[in-house]
Amino acid sequence: MARKVENSKKYSPRLGKQELDLLTRLSNALAVSGDEQEVREIVYEELSALDVSMHTDAMGNVLVKHEGKGADRLKVMVAAHMDEVGMMLTKEDGDGFFEFVVIGGVDPRQLVGKPVMVGRKHVPGVIGAKAIHLTTKEEREQVLKVNSLRIDVGLGGSKLVEIGDRATFSTSLAVLGPSLRGKALDDRLGVFNLIQLLKNAPENIDLLAAFTVQEELGLRGATVAAYHFNPDIGIAMDSTPANDLPHFDGEANPTHNTKLDGGPAIYLMDGATIGDRRLVKWLTETADAEKIPWQYRQPGKGGTDAGAIHKTRAGVPSVSVSVPQRYLHSPAGMVRIDDELNTLRLMHAALSRLERSILNPQENN
Amino acid sequence: MTFETIPFLKSMLSVAGLSGYEAPIRDVVTPVWQELSDRTWVNSHGSLHAIRYGEGTEPRPKVMIAAHMDAIGLMVTGIEDGFLRITQVGGVDPRILPGQMVMVHGSNSGESVELPGMVVMPPAHLLPKDGKSGPLPQKYLLVDSGLRAKEVNKLVRVGDVISFATEPCELSGDTLSGHTLDNRASVAATTVALDLLSRRKHLWDVIAVATSQEEVGGIGAMGSSFDIMPDFAIVIDVTFAKGPGGGDTVLFDLGKTVPITWGSCVHPALYNAMKATADEYEIPVARDFAPSGSGTDAYDVQVAQAGIPVVELGIPLRYMHTPVEVVSIKDIKRAGRLMAEFISNLPLDFMNTVKWE
Repeated sequence: MARKVENSKKYSPRLGKQELDLLTRLSNALAVSGDEQEVREIVYEELSALDVSMHTDAMGNVLVKHEGKGADRLKVMVAAHMDEVGMMLTKEDGDGFFEFVVIGGVDPRQLVGKPVMVGRKHVPGVIGAKAIHLTTKEEREQVLKVNSLRIDVGLGGSKLVEIGDRATFSTSLAVLGPSLRGKALDDRLGVFNLIQLLKNAPENIDLLAAFTVQEELGLRGATVAAYHFNPDIGIAMDSTPANDLPHFDGEANPTHNTKLDGGPAIYLMDGATIGDRRLVKWLTETADAEKIPWQYRQPGKGGTDAGAIHKTRAGVPSVSVSVPQRYLHSPAGMVRIDDELNTLRLMHAALSRLERSILNPQENN
Repeated sequence: MTFETIPFLKSMLSVAGLSGYEAPIRDVVTPVWQELSDRTWVNSHGSLHAIRYGEGTEPRPKVMIAAHMDAIGLMVTGIEDGFLRITQVGGVDPRILPGQMVMVHGSNSGESVELPGMVVMPPAHLLPKDGKSGPLPQKYLLVDSGLRAKEVNKLVRVGDVISFATEPCELSGDTLSGHTLDNRASVAATTVALDLLSRRKHLWDVIAVATSQEEVGGIGAMGSSFDIMPDFAIVIDVTFAKGPGGGDTVLFDLGKTVPITWGSCVHPALYNAMKATADEYEIPVARDFAPSGSGTDAYDVQVAQAGIPVVELGIPLRYMHTPVEVVSIKDIKRAGRLMAEFISNLPLDFMNTVKWE
């Protein structure tokens, strides 16, 4: 089944200056669920020179079709979500102070004492906290709740921002030795990888690229994108937690989900999807054949856009591939550059060898 | 060289300089103070001293301006699989730490290596029960430098300091945010005063001191006061500004006043004299009540040798001891100007007026 297709061109992903530039723009963009415009613009800019058809759908997904050559091409949908978790300003509470709510799963303990940026103009602000000198012991034993925190944009700042504006941490992408640290690597790495796949699209398939919206709020964009594309196969490219930190008491940590340096994380089962057995096999066999390190994401909770795609219409065989990442949904996530590039390498190699026979019923299934 | 407040302040906020490890900040302040003074030197505890000689005949009286330059931060207590365990230097509320950007100053390779990192909160299953939802005690927090364990072991060792690395950022309305505005805002104000004094007459000798180790107990100020033994001292440190979660003590608006401390650590005659100068030059001031002490260098100065009369100014600051402290630039400039006006108007016999009733 998994035979290398003759017409696939050799592609070696790298993170040179140009790529790092793009990834920096993507990670630093402010695109909280429901307001993905900044990333949409980058996607359009990057893909405008390509021979693809591209449109923005009713929900804001950017849907791009790259037609391959040859007969009997599989229609393969690959999804990466453009949105990130963040905040929305809800009420002015004095000169330059704003109440806010959290959009998506952010632990309130991550918010305190952080610089943020607000709205399309990236107006700088901070989330402060009471001086330790003024706190009581009882207070320090309580988590600071979101409704007690304010975004402070400075004196007279109420003229610069307004309620309804989205906000995120203002962390800039940084290269730390073998790692990348950035605020929205979940899932701008996926967006980056999908852009690269389109720029180096395998010709043996029709690549249906979905840059989705509102994944963090329940896979909403992917639901309608998959309906539109009506694909033969669905793949979600996302990020998954690498909980590979030491236990506080020195015990072993068997439930790490994934580990950095372990390579792309292939999903057998998460909270939303049982990965299609044929697709899992196709990915792992490709990785082995190409000598790309890989790991199974430990079966467990969570979900990706595949959770929506696989239930579309009469059903779509689907699977997820993620870059392992520490500290998702915090001021900054951290990934290994090797894991990121190996994920892209695996996806390209796997798509390049994809044939219709993959959809044959699997023996012993 | 022209001194400009905001770029100088930002340059001070972009370096480390934890209590006892002040070299990085001292190196930023020294060249600026050299330009604005006759002589600079460093004392035994690492405080930076800069003297401007007055025009009075010798022996001249001398006034000391003390502003601490040291920063709160963290220190490495252990290394596990490339992750650093930490403790604090100075008063840090652990609730602000998760997700904080830091700089690890690694020393294990024989030279100092700066490693950007971040404070991280391990996932719930790696924590004891009380760590799942409550505030995480600092002993459970880790610092991740993004380097692999082998590299970390080569570069970092127990005892290396970790500074906050939040970049300074200008906010709306002439305000600025960053770490260690406590108390580099006051070092900036002191520099504003030196700059003004460099262009006007003053009879007294003026010794500006960027003190070390204030955050761990006024250590630098003790030694500097003893060394210099000024006739009186101006201590300048940040004070609490109004803001969300400010609490119910007396607080100041940003950009409105120069607080002058009133309480046990200041001499009332000096308070009155400073207030009179402020009124004369129409600089808005307010009383900052510190009945039993202000928790600053003021105490350590007032008890040096046989005692030194102290007057204390404040700069209102939001979110003290977080890496996103906020000050008003106007407040810094005003405090600097008030000190300069006060000092340039000092008659040689001024101390005759600093009396108890």
